[in-house]
Amino acid sequence: MLDRIVRTRRAGEGNGHLAIEAGLVTDATQLAAGRPTAWQAVQTARNIARPHAVEIIGRVFDRFQELHGDRAFRDDPAIVGGIAELAGRPVMIVAQQKGASTEENIQRNFGMPYPEGYRKGMRLYRLAEKFHLPLVTLVDTPGAYPGPEAEERGQAEAIASSIQLMTRLATPIVVVVLGEGGSGGALALGVGDVVLALENATYSVISPEGCAAILWRSASEAERAAAAMKLAGPDLLETGVVDALIREPAGGAHTDHDATAAAIKTALIAQVERLARVPIADLLSLRYERFRAFGTIVEPSGGQAPAPPRPWWRRILSSAIRNPTAGGES
Amino acid sequence: MRLRNPFGRKPKEFPSHLWTQCPSCGEMLFNKQLERNHNVCQKCGHHFKLDAAGRVELLADARSFTETDADIVSSDPLGFVDSKPYPERIAAAQAKTGHKDAVLTGDATISAIPIVLAVMDFEFMGGSMGSVVGEKLTRAAERAFAERKPLVIVSASGGARMQEGTIALMQLAKTVAALARLDEARIPFISVLTDPTTGGVLASFASLGDIVLAEPGALIGFSGARVTSETIGEKLPKGFQRAEFLVEHGFVDQVVPRTQLKERIAFFLNAFRIAGQDLRWSL
Ligand SMILES: [Zn+2]
Ligand SMILES: [Zn+2]
Repeated sequence: MLDRIVRTRRAGEGNGHLAIEAGLVTDATQLAAGRPTAWQAVQTARNIARPHAVEIIGRVFDRFQELHGDRAFRDDPAIVGGIAELAGRPVMIVAQQKGASTEENIQRNFGMPYPEGYRKGMRLYRLAEKFHLPLVTLVDTPGAYPGPEAEERGQAEAIASSIQLMTRLATPIVVVVLGEGGSGGALALGVGDVVLALENATYSVISPEGCAAILWRSASEAERAAAAMKLAGPDLLETGVVDALIREPAGGAHTDHDATAAAIKTALIAQVERLARVPIADLLSLRYERFRAFGTIVEPSGGQAPAPPRPWWRRILSSAIRNPTAGGES
Repeated sequence: MRLRNPFGRKPKEFPSHLWTQCPSCGEMLFNKQLERNHNVCQKCGHHFKLDAAGRVELLADARSFTETDADIVSSDPLGFVDSKPYPERIAAAQAKTGHKDAVLTGDATISAIPIVLAVMDFEFMGGSMGSVVGEKLTRAAERAFAERKPLVIVSASGGARMQEGTIALMQLAKTVAALARLDEARIPFISVLTDPTTGGVLASFASLGDIVLAEPGALIGFSGARVTSETIGEKLPKGFQRAEFLVEHGFVDQVVPRTQLKERIAFFLNAFRIAGQDLRWSL
């Protein structure tokens, strides 16, 4: 069992066991030719008609009961959480919710959580752990809210604590990036045993506009920044940031919400089923290794520190990307 | 008040390789003396930035610092080019600082207590965290865990390194996962925030110290002040996102003047050792 999960990312062979689930894309070459540009992916991921978390929850899970509040300050509408059943199995869900209209976007703060939203998430993560519920998170945010009240209430601390809690949460975690994976504000829901993304979802260290404003000194260069940052689905597969992509209907998820939800449901059932059979200690050390392995470095001396063994497929994967000569990583 | 404008013309008798004007009080400071005072203005206490080498000298006992993982360099995972290719930016930063990337890590003692020490260097691409910073910090935490020594990280960073894209973002998870192991083993981690500590660095390891200390006046925040002020369309209050603001709002334990930093860190490490009784981290 352990062995099979370690091979999640066997380079060149696709992601092994993940491919058995219909509809999952584990190798970018499986995608239709003429894949969208990075900028088209950004536009699609942000399309207001795209199915958002609440709608996906309603179609994928049964008997959803929403839970509110961080028990400290207030309930943040940009984070939706609760307990539901996935094909009969109780699971915890924590999701970022954008609006499907201007009005709902104002109520949901455009899917940009405040610190109390992340703290609500953490409360539900702990609840999942306590009662052995698998955790499913749905990521869809332009980023954490950057306003002054968010700073006053410790936006950075909330994100850092949330990320850390997920790295050691003793229950299976499946992450699905539905639309925008906006930086640290997305990663606060993004640490899992398996990270999936819809085909046209994006995941980036900073918004293309923000990157363009800093590096090109002009937000109008966002298109170039998006391409340079490699934030679209196929790029994320190559870098290993996501394990597999969930196919969208031909015209994009916004053209057929039912089909999109059905594909997500199939993927989630299979992943939760699989992870639930893995002993928690194995799950935690594999989760550690999954994130430990990110990085592309060159180390001429071959290393002095006793770094823990890193999976061979990860070394090959990270050094092969874009830099065939960078084999010195330890 | 006579030299209020920090960017004002310097009188001829103060050549800049010998003298620096304090942006806070306007005093002309003799560089050698400023350096001896660890880049703190003797007149008003203004904290100038301190590079990684100066930081090590400030905190580590004399000749106690042994650098580790010194030769790790980035491999440009995305082939990133903005107005310049990323490898050129790295080369320029290496030439400017004499270091391979934006953090120095190593073993040291602080008042005779063995620790693992990491100091970030803002001069190197704004102290940004990419694969190299993430790897070195993670190894530092893993070494602290393996050798049961406390970890001290001094941050100075604008956040994650955009030129490494989502892989840079993943360094947030990588570093805090290693710190979680320290936490579970009850090995102390002291986080020192210096000017500036923002973005993805604050939203990961820097916020998670058992004790979080900050230098006076340091800029500390999640979002850039420009973004925050554009978000609400107004100017931000004075002192917003400064170290004292974070103490007031409950996210930093103490503002500690640089000259007292070493003894304060030693105080906490000693206290934790005594409280632990079984000396579990000190061997
Ligand atoms: Zn719909
Ligand atoms: Zn002064």
